[in-house]
Amino acid sequence: MANQALTEAVYYILLSLTEPMHGYGIMQNVEKLSGGRVRLAAGTLYGAISSLLEKGWITALPGEKDSRKKEYRITAEGRLVLLDELARLTELLENGKKLFGGNDHA
Amino acid sequence: MRKTVYKWFWAWDFDKEEKWLNEMAAKGLTLCATHFTKYVFEETDPGAYQIRIELLEKHPTHPESEKYIRFIEETGAEQVSSWIDWVYFRKKTADGPFELFSDNTSRVRMLNRVIGLLTTLLVLCLASGGYNLFLYFLWGNTVSLVGLLPLAVSVLLGIGLWRILKKKKTLAKEQTLFE
Repeated sequence: MANQALTEAVYYILLSLTEPMHGYGIMQNVEKLSGGRVRLAAGTLYGAISSLLEKGWITALPGEKDSRKKEYRITAEGRLVLLDELARLTELLENGKKLFGGNDHA
Repeated sequence: MRKTVYKWFWAWDFDKEEKWLNEMAAKGLTLCATHFTKYVFEETDPGAYQIRIELLEKHPTHPESEKYIRFIEETGAEQVSSWIDWVYFRKKTADGPFELFSDNTSRVRMLNRVIGLLTTLLVLCLASGGYNLFLYFLWGNTVSLVGLLPLAVSVLLGIGLWRILKKKKTLAKEQTLFE
């Protein structure tokens, strides 16, 4: 697991869920975080949330009476996954900068 | 004012169907009900809505599907109608872009459901057409046109299946480079 790259969608969903958020909130937050570049589609987001719940990386918060608009939050396990991913991304970025960045004719 | 149109789409042409529904919406005729080949449109401002179609894994009234549909509706879309396991959604253009899938994994998953449906139909048609041929060769039963019809449909289903598989292969190829 440690060496596996997260998908962009999963990465941004986990990052968003450091705060409790419902589905539509995640879509809006990810779009904002990425400056409009990443637009999660509703069906894809639903699939990702289901898988993340199954893995135990996020959890559904006990909803209000109506249980409309379920909110989710990252778990302790999810935080570890996110930390691993940050380390992986940092490695990618540092290598990229070292070997390619700052090179005028790159 | 409502307008009813009868139009036939093969199951593997769902993207053509979606495109047509969006072209109608762009003209100010927005889908408000469907039943099999019947499409009912209501007059709206041109381009006020975007339409999306999906084949669900389970019947739309199944609790899991209901949960899914509710989730989609919470993102600002509404379910227009359903037919067998197909669902029709629409969303106001003013409320932002409307897509059901934003990665290849979920696109492939939807194609797999269409493949499953077509394969089931193909097996049924081949079995019933084959049975009629079997009777003909074994006992010289007269082969009626009706008896051979399933075989003709099998050919069509085969072509549809092949197209979807091709589409899936293209997506899978992209996946080796992109997420």
